[in-house]
Amino acid sequence: METTQPHIIPASAATTAPVITTRQLTKRYGALEVLRGIDLDAHEGEVISILGASGSGKSTFLRCLNLLEIPTSGSLTVLDENIRFRQQGNELRIADQKQVNRLRSQVGMVFQNFCLWSHKTVLQNVMEAPIHVQGRNRQEVRDEAQKALDRVGMLNRADYYPSQLSGGQQQRVAIARALVMQPRVLLFDEPTSALDPQLVGEVLKVMQDLAAEGRTMLIVTHEMAFARDVSSRIVFLEQGTVRAQGTPQALFQGGMDERFDQFVSHFMRKT
Amino acid sequence: MNTSSLTLVGFGPDGWGKLLVIAAGLTLIAALCSFAIGGLLGTAGAALKLSSAPLLRWIGTFYTTVLRGIPEILIVYLFYFGGSLALTHLMHLAGFPGFFSLPSFVIGVVAIGLVSGAYQTEAYRSAYLRLDRGQIEAGKACGMSRTVLLWRIIAPQTLRFALPALGNIWQSVLKETALLSIIGLVELLRQSTIASGATRQPLLFYGTAALLYLLMGQLTGFGIRSVEKRLGRCWER
Repeated sequence: METTQPHIIPASAATTAPVITTRQLTKRYGALEVLRGIDLDAHEGEVISILGASGSGKSTFLRCLNLLEIPTSGSLTVLDENIRFRQQGNELRIADQKQVNRLRSQVGMVFQNFCLWSHKTVLQNVMEAPIHVQGRNRQEVRDEAQKALDRVGMLNRADYYPSQLSGGQQQRVAIARALVMQPRVLLFDEPTSALDPQLVGEVLKVMQDLAAEGRTMLIVTHEMAFARDVSSRIVFLEQGTVRAQGTPQALFQGGMDERFDQFVSHFMRKT
Repeated sequence: MNTSSLTLVGFGPDGWGKLLVIAAGLTLIAALCSFAIGGLLGTAGAALKLSSAPLLRWIGTFYTTVLRGIPEILIVYLFYFGGSLALTHLMHLAGFPGFFSLPSFVIGVVAIGLVSGAYQTEAYRSAYLRLDRGQIEAGKACGMSRTVLLWRIIAPQTLRFALPALGNIWQSVLKETALLSIIGLVELLRQSTIASGATRQPLLFYGTAALLYLLMGQLTGFGIRSVEKRLGRCWER
């Protein structure tokens, strides 16, 4: 099975250091326990789809990985650095904001609602962080931003404002904005959920190309076919815990986990 | 309007034109200074009101409530007399007898700036609340520090959203500078009063002053609207 998808190499994955590791990660909002102790190792080159019903905690989990949400307890290691927290009452707080900012600049994120900066053109959106976060040379960044836009097929819209683009186009720009930072990992938070059905394909195509390049990606999605065909691993969350995980082949053939089978059949019926 | 009227408001040796234009310039400068002071105070006020600390929020609310709730003319009086009393007291303590007063330009501009700041606080605060949280998160997710996020994302968008309200506040600041005439600053209104007293032509000079206020308001308003339009391009479809 691995031979058909050359970027999945479980044997070597076990020997390389994981890019992101979580141990017993929990997140609580008041009395509501959203994550109840999640262990995950994401290795270099893996494409991990995180599936689960609404409210299973999948987005919250993804947002914990770049500290847009602060876990309530547990440990998180990103690119070999243990994120330092300090305890404040029952909550954790970021202990070292500089560490977090440095790691965030190496972890790209693509949001459900694109979240392009509306006062900047497409090109300015892509150039912003390399210049003002990484402190790179403007001319060099311009060249790379144009390359990144070309990759997602948006170079001809470089001088447009986000409001002048379709959702699919905005999302492709958002992917270019993440790529230009040369991230070690890409996080996708339901990247196609806000799109009209006919625009989903263009975004999935770009993501598929990135996966084929061997990029490390964690994707929260409802696109079952995409998860099955493109990911190297499926992580199925239920009520804030990892209910099942494995290769898509193993999970999607059925019989491995009853709840996952129900989830998939429910989804396939709906769509 | 007969010829003698035209002569009186003209720029000839018997005309008041030059003095009126200088006074109008002073009005404009006073308005600009007041508005700028208001901008600083408004930014600080909005930061206070948006703070998570209850005490800071209370201070912000106190500021806007009090300064928007008292007539401007009363605030100018309080500053003029209060400021002079305080200064005289301080000078006595330092060993200088006599009465001291602060320049009326400074007093007036600070007083009007304070009021304008209270209104600008609300303009910035409500503009900030309209920001798309997702765009701020996108900045954080790229690794932006608080400073970069503030200057590159939050400030430009807040300013853009606040601009229509700021345009209105500017117009009222321009008119409120007329209050400085009561503390002896020879701005447009005061100059018109002087001229009408000297020539016994109040209607002519107050009418001219009215036209000059309108002209300044319209021209600056036009400028603000064109900036608004230019910055608004990116929100249009």
